[in-house]
Amino acid sequence: MAGGEGPRKGDGAGGRFARRRARHRSTMELEAHATRERTGEAEPSAMLDIRDLHIHFPTDDGLVKAVDGMSFTLERGRTLGIVGESGSGKSVTSLGILGLYHRGNAQISGKIYLDGEDIVAADQARVRELRGSKMAMIFQDPLSSLHPYYTVGNQIAEAYLIHNKVSRKAARAHAVDLLKRVGIPQAASRVDDYPHQFSGGMRQRAMIAMALSCDPELLIADEPTTALDVTVQAQILDLISDLQQEYGSAVIMITHDLGVVAELADDILVMYAGRMAEYGSGEDTFTHPGHPYTWGLLGSMPRLSRARLERLLSIRGTPPSLINVPAGCPFHPRCDYAARTNGRSETEVPALRPVGPGHLVACHLSTDEQRRIWAERDMVAS
Amino acid sequence: MTGLRDGSPGVGASEQPGQARADSAPPGEALLTVTGLTKHFPVMRGIIFRHAVGQVRAVDDVSFSVASGETLGIVGESGCGKTTTARMIVRLIEPTAGQIMFDGHDITHLRQGLMRPLRREIQMIFQDPYSSLNPRHTVGTIVGAPWRLQKVKTEKGTKQSVQELLELVGLNPEHYNRYPHEFSGGQRQRIGIARTLALRPKLIVADEPVSALDVSIQAQVINLLEDLQNELGLTYVIIAHDLSVIRHVCDRVAVMYLGHLVELAGRDDLYARPRHPYTVALLSAVPSPEPVGRTADGRRERRERILLTGDVPSPLDPPPACRFHTRCWKAQDICKTQQPPLVEQAPGHFAACHFPENS
Repeated sequence: MAGGEGPRKGDGAGGRFARRRARHRSTMELEAHATRERTGEAEPSAMLDIRDLHIHFPTDDGLVKAVDGMSFTLERGRTLGIVGESGSGKSVTSLGILGLYHRGNAQISGKIYLDGEDIVAADQARVRELRGSKMAMIFQDPLSSLHPYYTVGNQIAEAYLIHNKVSRKAARAHAVDLLKRVGIPQAASRVDDYPHQFSGGMRQRAMIAMALSCDPELLIADEPTTALDVTVQAQILDLISDLQQEYGSAVIMITHDLGVVAELADDILVMYAGRMAEYGSGEDTFTHPGHPYTWGLLGSMPRLSRARLERLLSIRGTPPSLINVPAGCPFHPRCDYAARTNGRSETEVPALRPVGPGHLVACHLSTDEQRRIWAERDMVAS
Repeated sequence: MTGLRDGSPGVGASEQPGQARADSAPPGEALLTVTGLTKHFPVMRGIIFRHAVGQVRAVDDVSFSVASGETLGIVGESGCGKTTTARMIVRLIEPTAGQIMFDGHDITHLRQGLMRPLRREIQMIFQDPYSSLNPRHTVGTIVGAPWRLQKVKTEKGTKQSVQELLELVGLNPEHYNRYPHEFSGGQRQRIGIARTLALRPKLIVADEPVSALDVSIQAQVINLLEDLQNELGLTYVIIAHDLSVIRHVCDRVAVMYLGHLVELAGRDDLYARPRHPYTVALLSAVPSPEPVGRTADGRRERRERILLTGDVPSPLDPPPACRFHTRCWKAQDICKTQQPPLVEQAPGHFAACHFPENS
């Protein structure tokens, strides 16, 4: 974990190892470039460019296909919301990007380009350099992700000390600054508090300060407000969006709450059973979603902004186990419209195809049919 | 009472398991009345000489009533005393003061032996479907336990009655012999609901019944709770922190803040014209799944929101008078010295505020 690493020997003063690593890296980059030229693959241009990512875990019960073919890009200053239910692979995707998986236990394939550098192929030391400095994460439960034996200031300063050649004193001053930035009153004295002395909202603010300590370009927030009350959630969401404007970083927001995503995200990615179901701008995904699963999610949520419905339009059944993903379209056993595809949904995995500019949907229904069904459903809902 | 469900809440279908019981209060009449309910938990110090050094004032002077066949929702943030209130109603926690009247009986301090027959009438649905089911018991044992404990003979024998209950809550009756770990979260919550229904209670107190579930499963369980109410004429007290869920399932809503009841009104009235500033702030904080507009330079527009600063104060040392004054944008001097009473601001709409909104 980003916060749990100690400073490594040979870092900083010597520089011999750093130089060797840098040389090694430049050869690797050249090789990667050559492979891309050979295979005719496009140069990654976006800050984060993920191509056909698969993360599988072999277990005694079978192969868990946690992520099965994800591709998306993300630019600086943009926010991507990843939505899905538990077990849809959204957290594994984020941990994969950060390189937080055990190389012996996980089978990972595909490409994750961060500023043109492939993280999947990079060695552990390099990923470790990037993690915390160029990319950082805000975890879901601030109480279990903060160490109870260390002061908050200590934990915020740690990553800064590892990635920068600074004194402990400077790191501590930096921690105080960060606590001020995330809105903790009396930061200068609270920096020496232990996590249990902070309230839930303040702990999450401290977590955000930790993630921001090295000014990361990519910030991944995994259910950052799920453990919080509504009024505190509103504070934290505003804080994340303010900080993003200030730092200009790219944010990936992982959540099961479509409301949170609507508030923050520019683009939305809906995941189901480790696959991408729908990808599009916030506008597209909420005003004319194309995937029956997205319809189901929107229908399942009681919404304050609309008239009260007599019944929620829920999705039947339960999400599948990732060991035993249904053949064909993974959603077909729960889909009300599977019968309209002439059996294709049971045999053929639907490809992600564009239904509008920048709007991708993995469904066998034709675009016209999607539009028609959604219009009907939306009428009922409003 | 306002906001009664329009479907006729008859007493359950006769072929259902459970024993015949006296008819409950006619629909519309108060089934549960709570007056001045208070719970203070002492904070103890010392190992040998235990003495109280303070009090957590979890619930303070809460009064409301629930009509037969209706659903009352209690909302509030963590630490507002909503769970303590629920547990006092089912008599799992002994109230410090106040009175609980159920179906004409005062059950506030009823002894265990006298309380036992009434336990059939009041049942509870718990929040966490993982910790509220015994992992060593089969579903049949779990759902049949209330009959065993209450020494009730079912008409068709336990097995068949359990299977009927499982079917009622949308589970496969064949799964009678399975263990809880073989079920998903939503299915476990259904098992918990089946157990609750075994004794055909009149009142069901549900403490965060859907907050541990995924969105799609949440909708299934909400629909199930509504179907059961229509079918069996149940009365619900539902505790939740999710305001959109509360609006969907409840007829009347009570809002709590730091142990006080700050607002109590019919559902439509409360959501359309909230009176208490805290309710206004809570409602404006709910993120809504509607796309936000763009400003001229392509930035996301931000919704108008009343942002409360800081956190909820500690119930160990709550602010004097109106407990919300430390975070309220309308607070005046009177709010710091005089506690606003819960008064009827509009027909059926009660709020405890010196300067109510929307009036």
